[in-house]
Amino acid sequence: MPELLQFLLSGITVGAVYALVALGFTIIYNASDVVNFAQGEFVMLGGMITFFAHAAGLPLPLAALIAIIVTAAIGVALNKLAIEPARGAPVVSLIIITIGASIFIRGATQLVFDKQLHRFPAFSGDQPILIGGATILPQSLWVIAGALAVFVCLWLFFTRTLIGRAVLATANNRVAAQLVGINTKYVMTLSFAMSAAIGALAGVLVTPITLTSYDVGLALALKGFAAAMLGGMGNPKGALVGGLLLGVLEAMTAGYISSQYKDAAAFVVILAVLFAMPQGLFGRKSTDRV
Amino acid sequence: MKFVLTTTALALILAAPAFADIKIGATISETGPASFLGDPEAKTLKLLVEEINAAGGVNGEKLELVIYDDGGDPNKARTFATRLVEDDEVVAVIGGTTTGTSMAIIPVFEDAEVPFISLAGAIEIIDPVKTYTFKTPHTDRMACAKIFEDMKKNAITKIGMISGSDGFGASMHKQCLSIVGDYGIEVLADETYGPTDADMTPQLTNIKGKDGIQAVLNPGFGQGPAIVTRNYAQLAVGLPLYQSHGVASDGFIELAGAEAAEGVRLPGTALLVAGLLPENDPQRAVVVAYKEAYEKATGKPVSTFGGYAHDALRILVDAITRAGSAEPSDIRDAIEGTKGLVGTTGTVTMTAEDHLGLDLSAFRMLQIEKGGWKIVE
Amino acid sequence: MRLSSKATTLLILAAVIAIAPVFFPSSYYFRVGSLIFVNGLAVTGLVILIGYAGQISLGHAGFAGIGAYACALAPVHLGLHPALAAVLGALLSAAIAYLVGRPILRLKGYYLAVTSLGFGILVSMVLSNEAQLTGGPDGMAVPELGLRAVLKAIGIDLSNTEFWYAFSGLVLVLGAWLALNLYHSPTGRALRALHGSEVAARTVGVDVAHYKLVAFVLSAIYASVSGSLLALQNKFITPDVAGFMHSIEMVTMTVLGGAGSVLGAILGAAILTTLPQVLTIFQEYEQLMLGLVMMLVMIFMREGLLPSITRRIRGRAE
Repeated sequence: MPELLQFLLSGITVGAVYALVALGFTIIYNASDVVNFAQGEFVMLGGMITFFAHAAGLPLPLAALIAIIVTAAIGVALNKLAIEPARGAPVVSLIIITIGASIFIRGATQLVFDKQLHRFPAFSGDQPILIGGATILPQSLWVIAGALAVFVCLWLFFTRTLIGRAVLATANNRVAAQLVGINTKYVMTLSFAMSAAIGALAGVLVTPITLTSYDVGLALALKGFAAAMLGGMGNPKGALVGGLLLGVLEAMTAGYISSQYKDAAAFVVILAVLFAMPQGLFGRKSTDRV
Repeated sequence: MKFVLTTTALALILAAPAFADIKIGATISETGPASFLGDPEAKTLKLLVEEINAAGGVNGEKLELVIYDDGGDPNKARTFATRLVEDDEVVAVIGGTTTGTSMAIIPVFEDAEVPFISLAGAIEIIDPVKTYTFKTPHTDRMACAKIFEDMKKNAITKIGMISGSDGFGASMHKQCLSIVGDYGIEVLADETYGPTDADMTPQLTNIKGKDGIQAVLNPGFGQGPAIVTRNYAQLAVGLPLYQSHGVASDGFIELAGAEAAEGVRLPGTALLVAGLLPENDPQRAVVVAYKEAYEKATGKPVSTFGGYAHDALRILVDAITRAGSAEPSDIRDAIEGTKGLVGTTGTVTMTAEDHLGLDLSAFRMLQIEKGGWKIVE
Repeated sequence: MRLSSKATTLLILAAVIAIAPVFFPSSYYFRVGSLIFVNGLAVTGLVILIGYAGQISLGHAGFAGIGAYACALAPVHLGLHPALAAVLGALLSAAIAYLVGRPILRLKGYYLAVTSLGFGILVSMVLSNEAQLTGGPDGMAVPELGLRAVLKAIGIDLSNTEFWYAFSGLVLVLGAWLALNLYHSPTGRALRALHGSEVAARTVGVDVAHYKLVAFVLSAIYASVSGSLLALQNKFITPDVAGFMHSIEMVTMTVLGGAGSVLGAILGAAILTTLPQVLTIFQEYEQLMLGLVMMLVMIFMREGLLPSITRRIRGRAE
């Protein structure tokens, strides 16, 4: 069945894009319980800065590196200037702050760069790879490998490193973390830098497939957010599985049912999963504080 | 009294003195989902007004352009339309980048009796004819007709369609389906994709799998058609691919990649092939001049959409000159009397029954070859 | 002076609506004013949901979409008068809110945010995909309400913008009055109790699920009526009315002005509605400024503008 295989490959490609965005949400959420709606803008920045640095004559790997470093710096600035001063604000205020930040970043990008669509060349050419009658582009493999690599790194980070555990401890109980000597401010700065860098990396990897422009961030953030919630917010495994599941679901709906309602099908499944498992597939159980 | 303070602040800002003699307005989607269209439109208007004023203005009076960014939101566009008419008291308005924003603001201009030239595609804008409403782009239906004519010439009778679900794609999709029968062509597969989708291989796989399809048509604009074209090459569908006028710009070839875009056909305007036009082509001088001015000022390649704004302003200036007056109703009458005005989209001749004034000859069938355009007629 | 009391709020609201036109230099200001009232109505509903009951929704534009398209579709297909169509839209929104609210209100925080967001996106997707019925993304025309003609017949001749200013202002005052009454009712007390702590509210016998649902349904009706007013005023509607950005706009207005107070939320609506009009002088910097304002207010005035300002004034007075 080459069709089924093609749908699957398409779904995995798109799903890996979602997963990369969703993974970016994980660290900040773990460190601070903030869902950063500007995460999509990090992805956009990764693509846009790489494109313009590349167009200015830099080799692609160097351009990508610059984009990742600059975006990480912007992430740190976001934390210092907007998130830290708003400590303790309710969820809905934090949502508005990060949405405000995303509008701000978008506005700045359109001024600094432009409002056109852009693409830079795929890393290993555009020759499709044939698999049992279906095809996949080499760039898709880069995206999938990128998502897996980020997942493994995050998993090792949270379970094997001291600083990773410090992040989790900060999320669990800020005061207790401070008492045992964790520098929570440093943890927050680090997590924003890492999230932004992951976002930018995602932008670098996906731009040859999805193209980029100043306003691609919001759609990516929404899909990544949905994927992260589906898998269970805060868990790298959830982000990876949620992203891939969402992508495959969309591709199967587009292939077998209706391309018009593929996004709808995805949301219906998310609603259904959350009704049955209110914390997502791999979410941690939380209890109400009285 | 925060509210009163805000409104007085607003009043102060708006009371800024205006020295210009002829005030024209525009509401354009410079940002938002249609910024791909609106951005070159706004840049073109600003550029041309500067150019016209530098050359002495219209009837010895300077033009002042009041331009608002409606972000593609019809509700916002409606507020700006009211503002242009009631507060800025402009004599004519250009704009409505999308069909949605145009349709939302038409009643404002019809009520206020101010001439309005839309930059959007749908035929509903000028059919039925509304007294004060005009438009410059070809209708979507004309683009469909041009494509179907070319298909018929190549003995293509069974096609698949894959359309964007945004306003542009949906509108053209509807128009194409309404006339496809007239050309003896059958649509065997009818797929859509979302404006921000990253991969269309499932839809294209289904089209590829349908027996008997001889060509594929993709109405849409923005990144969608570029991704469709790339996926089309990836799947090696191997049938002729027709794109719409929505992607008629050099940027499209760059985005899709010259290799993937090889052989793609689409109806475009003279603007796109300015350099290829024969010396005696009546549009040559106009399109070359606009292309050079735009590319020099912005550093970006021209697009068909900027050309729509160019034509709208030319029609307006021509009308004000002929009317010898800047009264809205005189301008309206003069616009309706536009005759043989050469623009980037074609030669415009309006009548009381035709507020567009273009015919199919304005479109040229283009084919992408080796990363460039070729006229195939 | 106590700003929170019901009579003061209504008095301030009515006075501003009545007196403001004196300062209007052109009828464009009536248009902006009527948009403020339409948005104000939607955020008054969100005050019940966010401010009273402490729940989030990122999908309320979906209900505005239902209200708006009811006014566009019901007169054509069911032969209903546009005013009745608005009522039908409100009933439909209430019914859908009841069905959807039951399961999703069990979720909390971001999980509630994503499901409500999904609901809103589903509605806007249906509106833009069912093109034969709704005209698709390009939208469709909405019939005239006809009330202006009736007023004219009895001697009150208002221009279109003036009429909509007065009419939506009236509906807003009515909506605010109902919301304020609710606040002081037993239902209002129950909602505030569960906002404080669901567990505590449950232990003293509050049916938490029931009251959350009440708040959700009521706020849906407000959003629906606001959508209907918008559609009838513009006489043209597109799926943008149900879009994600509209949902975000509504929540931002509410929280920016102060989710805990009706007057504050309406102030938020006034500011966010006029802001894009004022920001046009910044041209390309418009987006930048909008994002900046959102961040600054939420960072420095966490409870929203009005509560923060009144607190500061009161603090100084004491």
